[in-house]
Amino acid sequence: MNPGPIEFASLSVIALLVAALLTPLFSRRQRLLIACCFGLTAAASLLAVVAGAWTVSRGNAEKIVMLIGLPDLPFHLRLDPLAGFFLVVIGLLSLFVSVYSIGYVKGFLGKRSVTSLAVFYCLFLAGMYMVVLSDDALIFLISWEVMAAASYFLVIFEDERIENRRAAFLYMVVAHVGAIAILLSFGVLAGLASGFGSFDGYTFDAMRSASFPIGGATAAFLLAFFGFAAKAGVIPLHVWLPEAHPVAPSNVSALMSGVMLKTAIYGVIRITFDLIRVFPWWWGAIVLVFGLLSAVMGVLYALMQNDLKRLLAYSSVENIGIIFIGVGLAMIFTSFKLPLLAALALTTGIYHVLNHAMFKGLLFMGAGAVLHATHERNMEEMGGLIHQMPWTAALFLIGCVSISAMPPFNGFVSEWLTFQAFLLSPSLPSPLLKLLIPMGAALLALTGALAAACFVKAFGVTFLGHWRGHHRPKVQEADWPMRVGMIMAATACLLLGILPTLAIGWMDAVPQQLIGTSLGTSAGAFGWMWLTPVAYERASYSGPIVFFGILAIVIAAYLLLHVRPGTIRRVPIWDCGFEKIDRRMQYNATSFAMPIRRIFGFLFNVKERVRISRRTAHRAFPARLYYSLHVRDRVWGWLYKPVIRASFWGARKVGRLQQGRIQAYLIYSFVTIIVLLVFLR
Amino acid sequence: MNLAVAAQIISFLAALVLLCAFGMLVQRRMYGLIHLFAWQGLFLSISTAVVGFVAGKHHLYISSLLTLSLKVFLLPYILHVLIQRLKIQKEVETVVNVPMTMLIGIALVIFSYHLTAPVREISTLVTRSVLAIALATVMIGLLMMITRRHAVTQIIGFLAMENGLFFAATSATYGMPLVVELGVALDVLIAAFIFGIFFFHIHTTFDSLDVEQMARLKEGD
Repeated sequence: MNPGPIEFASLSVIALLVAALLTPLFSRRQRLLIACCFGLTAAASLLAVVAGAWTVSRGNAEKIVMLIGLPDLPFHLRLDPLAGFFLVVIGLLSLFVSVYSIGYVKGFLGKRSVTSLAVFYCLFLAGMYMVVLSDDALIFLISWEVMAAASYFLVIFEDERIENRRAAFLYMVVAHVGAIAILLSFGVLAGLASGFGSFDGYTFDAMRSASFPIGGATAAFLLAFFGFAAKAGVIPLHVWLPEAHPVAPSNVSALMSGVMLKTAIYGVIRITFDLIRVFPWWWGAIVLVFGLLSAVMGVLYALMQNDLKRLLAYSSVENIGIIFIGVGLAMIFTSFKLPLLAALALTTGIYHVLNHAMFKGLLFMGAGAVLHATHERNMEEMGGLIHQMPWTAALFLIGCVSISAMPPFNGFVSEWLTFQAFLLSPSLPSPLLKLLIPMGAALLALTGALAAACFVKAFGVTFLGHWRGHHRPKVQEADWPMRVGMIMAATACLLLGILPTLAIGWMDAVPQQLIGTSLGTSAGAFGWMWLTPVAYERASYSGPIVFFGILAIVIAAYLLLHVRPGTIRRVPIWDCGFEKIDRRMQYNATSFAMPIRRIFGFLFNVKERVRISRRTAHRAFPARLYYSLHVRDRVWGWLYKPVIRASFWGARKVGRLQQGRIQAYLIYSFVTIIVLLVFLR
Repeated sequence: MNLAVAAQIISFLAALVLLCAFGMLVQRRMYGLIHLFAWQGLFLSISTAVVGFVAGKHHLYISSLLTLSLKVFLLPYILHVLIQRLKIQKEVETVVNVPMTMLIGIALVIFSYHLTAPVREISTLVTRSVLAIALATVMIGLLMMITRRHAVTQIIGFLAMENGLFFAATSATYGMPLVVELGVALDVLIAAFIFGIFFFHIHTTFDSLDVEQMARLKEGD
């Protein structure tokens, strides 16, 4: 038998599970454990990438029925182009992050045992691969839970701090509320597919061949969207994200933000396009509206953050929003039977999935390198790191440029394609949508601009200027494994930006599978140089030309400035004649975001206080000023506080049942028995 | 022995079992309680033997012997020892007063008869009439656990409940399979030992076996 892609993928999962089992044996030799475990996960990830890429380029599906599982309910695995594409996304970033981890995890040596980190890291990766491979509701949910539970243990890795435990608990609660919704959704689909009396509908094949009544399908879709949105961090279900991502070890945050959120996107695409298949346009509108909301609000919240990893977490909310915009547009176009536009919108969505995985992984790895070197997450304390960490700074800059949607990097391509999809919406037959969707394009443009501002802030405050903190740690550049991990991600960002036509031609199998139309013929009509999403007279973009143009300008500028002597002079900062300027007077994170906070202040819960020191002789000459600023999510107060209060109230009421007296408990059971006997006789 | 006579004997024994149950419900002395429990076990064992004889199910003889040895001799002996060691011969305190308990007990008996009426209609067994009494014994055992405050009386209530269940099994279906009965007997024995050990610990911790004391274990809000 010739091994096919699915055997490769299964082998990768098995390797990860075996690694998870064997790792505890090495717990006495931590250095060896790090090298072996993360080397093995890198190899397994490479295998998954090969399997996924192979499947997508072949464009067909393979299946395996495993004879394990519950009696009469075997597990089904299937590798089709959609699963293959997500396998590539997850595998690529896992590969980069695994290499990076070899260096990063060494930072924990001597402080705490990394055995649990290694074990759950393997389980986490295995869970993610299994989610995209699974072909029935049962194994999907099992893998989903493995993924959630393993990531919970990774978030709580540094469990001595109370904020970590709180964040992990919050993550656990939201993940499980979501999982319940997904479970119910599959229950509805399976029941409608085979009748509620039998279990045969639990396979995705049974759901694919069934036709669903609109009411049941809507219930299933809404439940699934709720559940997956909770995992993806769509506003207003995003609250766990900015708590859990900053406290997890940075390699884990890179994976959680870069690829774990994407499994939720996968779930939405799988359920709508593959399992339900026929849906009304307003499902797409719901996805689109929540996508827009997440994009705009996510980036605004990101701008307000001073914690580097928190900023990145909120930015993930924004990017998930952009991806959902693509998916939502694809759903609208599909329901109006415009397959070419639907293929374009879906391609933008999944292309952004790949891009976001690369640049957000890169950024989290960069933030991890900074954290590793400075032991500091607060940007207000950082600055000038470009001198000590040139590699990290350059790579982080590439991530920032990519995420801000600047050519020639990959973020530009997918956002540009999203705009193309938006601008083609006037061909929709519904006047309401014709009117509303261009407003969405405007919001997306706002998001792009704000994201650029946000990452100018992130890079500028962290790496430029001078050190802002009170005491200055000894900063060392990241070591080679970490650099290699980041360099690979940065290269991927660049290549995906320069050669989008090849990438889109490769991933065409996905819209081909789900919508029945591919983009390849029109997108690559002018060869690999030019990307023409619909027609060349509408819009076209050439990654290579733009890249070489920018490269030429940069080289010319460098030659002009650096080759001739005397063009660059280093002098002290001009302090406007004010004598005592010091490092604490630099532009910092809060001051950078202040204009935007003034304009969009009504969206946040802002508490700003300025207090003059008491030991001041006169108010006009304050000896000391105290400034405090708290910017908080309004969603927490609006949505979560009432739920929390209600559940505590309910718990107190139910708590009255607990009398602490055996007789009372016996009476409860006695009365229950009597009542049951009377009524169910 | 023909069926009619057997049915009479079984009914008579059932009446005695119920009587013992009521006796336990009102008995205030610890020793009296244990004696009543032993008597109940004896009647139970005889009735099991009779059922076994009439129905021709010989494994019921083993059950009967098991009941005799466990519930008439061994468990009362263990409880005796326990009471002597812990010096708790004093009168049993009740939560609800005695006449009230009796009235509730009578109501439970009537309720059980009402409940088992459909079973009596369709069953063809000799023992069908005593199913109601068996059920009443279970409920009275539970009632006893509720109305007493002393931990030792609660375990006697529990054991009385088990008696009722055993009685129900023999009267409704001519007994459970032997394996099951052996298992149940072993469980009861082990439960008695565990209770005994716990009582020692509770006694040393709280200086009393009054379960009211355990309300202190409740979590505060």
